[in-house]
Amino acid sequence: MAKRKSRGGKPVGRDRILFNILSYIILTVLSAACLLPFLLVLSGSVSEQYAIQLHGYRLIPETFSFDAYKMLFRIPEELLQAYGVTIFVTLAGTLLGLWLTSMAAYVLASRDFRYRYQVSFFFYFTSIFGGGLVPWYIFNTKYLRFHNSIIALILPILINVTYLLILKSYMMGIPEALYESAKLDGAGDMRIYWNIALPLSKAGLATVGLFIALNYWNDWYNAMLFLDEGRRDMYPLQYFLNNILTKAQAMNAAAARSGIPASDVPSEPMKLAMTVVATGPIILLYPFLQKYFVKGVTIGAVKG
Amino acid sequence: MKKKGHPFWEDLKKNRTKWLMILPAAVVVILMCYIPMAGIVLAFKEFNYHDGIFGSPWAGFKNFEYFFQSGKAWTTTRNTILYNAAFLCVNTLLQITCAILLSELAGKYFKRITQSVMFLPYFISWVVVGAFIYNMFNYEFGAVNSFLRSIGQEPLDVYSNKAAWPVILIVVSAFKNVGYGTVMYLASIVNIDGEMFEAADLDGATMWQKIRYITLPCIRPTVVILFLMAIGTIMKGDFQMFWQVTGNNPMVLEVTDVIDTYVTRSLLNLQEFGMTSAAGLYQSALSFVLVLIANYAVKKVEPDYALF
Repeated sequence: MAKRKSRGGKPVGRDRILFNILSYIILTVLSAACLLPFLLVLSGSVSEQYAIQLHGYRLIPETFSFDAYKMLFRIPEELLQAYGVTIFVTLAGTLLGLWLTSMAAYVLASRDFRYRYQVSFFFYFTSIFGGGLVPWYIFNTKYLRFHNSIIALILPILINVTYLLILKSYMMGIPEALYESAKLDGAGDMRIYWNIALPLSKAGLATVGLFIALNYWNDWYNAMLFLDEGRRDMYPLQYFLNNILTKAQAMNAAAARSGIPASDVPSEPMKLAMTVVATGPIILLYPFLQKYFVKGVTIGAVKG
Repeated sequence: MKKKGHPFWEDLKKNRTKWLMILPAAVVVILMCYIPMAGIVLAFKEFNYHDGIFGSPWAGFKNFEYFFQSGKAWTTTRNTILYNAAFLCVNTLLQITCAILLSELAGKYFKRITQSVMFLPYFISWVVVGAFIYNMFNYEFGAVNSFLRSIGQEPLDVYSNKAAWPVILIVVSAFKNVGYGTVMYLASIVNIDGEMFEAADLDGATMWQKIRYITLPCIRPTVVILFLMAIGTIMKGDFQMFWQVTGNNPMVLEVTDVIDTYVTRSLLNLQEFGMTSAAGLYQSALSFVLVLIANYAVKKVEPDYALF
């Protein structure tokens, strides 16, 4: 951070005071606006169904009740299943994606690799031109047979070219001399990658890994394209939530499968309780992980 | 193989391990991007699932004619471009403003908290944003309408109100993206040489003068580059956002339908392969040309930052 705080005991000017007041107001208002939807959902999820039907959602609930959460835990099978799918897909996709991306990044970052520009362009080109959704969809369903397959939730977002280029520029920062001396000691590429490149780019790996994990955690699109309605057991968390929110009967049907009559289901607060449960892990982890994301954005900004 | 073959084969032999290390990632990209690219011939075919992409009979430009005559080409193109242009302008302006305000404030905790709170929406899925929209704008129970009713106003039915959607979409886009861009611009402001500000202080410059003559000119290259790059992607709608926020509500499609949502909806609901791939190719080709133009423009302004 540039040090610009020392103002050498000069009297604070009127413009500075005005600027500070304006800044505090603008930033507070914008932050409040960003926080408001989260608070509304949280408050709606602890409201009572009748209060919502009577007066609608409010920022401060008239009466507190945890009925919606209790009901969620009375019919936990589908929610837990969706959690399981998402956790599996996120773990598998992140580990595999990080491994493949970092290997490719290592090669593209090595200066003695003759075709690194051509291969970089081979990857980069896919981000500026594509065949469009339809050929991709048909190829995946008809020829790769991804229909109702867990691979369809992993493969499409496994390799992200932006992350590849971020890792590449990270690894270009490792001193060449380290590679050279390892090579003189007779180490092969795989060994240099594993013992030198990876340990020295831990921060970059953490950042890219978290971005990949976030993409998997938040993905619902591939589930929408490739999973049939009959395969509810394969729905990842976000698509499960999407289904509850957009299909009015989905919640009641889920309750009915557990033998709970539709009239007992507090459907409105439950939708929001479901939203809270699906977002919870991200919000809870956010304070600890934020710095890595900031780092990623910053590298991305410098390197394009 | 010959003793001195093409340099490529030589390299393949010499750098065997490196090529093997890059192979898995390359295979994924070939499967997910390059092979489907060959499927753009579909736009010129009368597709039936049984005969597959290459076995189906040719249709000439019929798919394109169909797409352009449906009237959808014009509305979706207009919406895609106008929305993206509006998002770009509003978001960039807010991002730069927030970054400058944050960089000038002294309060450490206030800065950290506001920055974190504004960055938070970037991390939630569009499905959850869809839940936010439902929670606020639902006609019967939505928070906006409960507020309007409580102060004795008429409730608002956004789901049949075309004028509301441009505003909602612009606000939602800002909500989701301002934090991200603020972090990015803040990084480039922090990189400015602090001595310039000290010199300005000695000369008695005011806050506004410092922002106007030091901060803004210093971040100009970043702004220009990001702006031009964004113009390159102006034909690609933020599909997930439009899909989840508008919920494909038929009443307002005229003002909310972008090319991506139109293609996806036709594909999923109508299994309309020929016309949708024509629409997709139309979008890809235009995007590609725009990226080339944007890159050319960046090359003119800041040659170091050109993509290729």
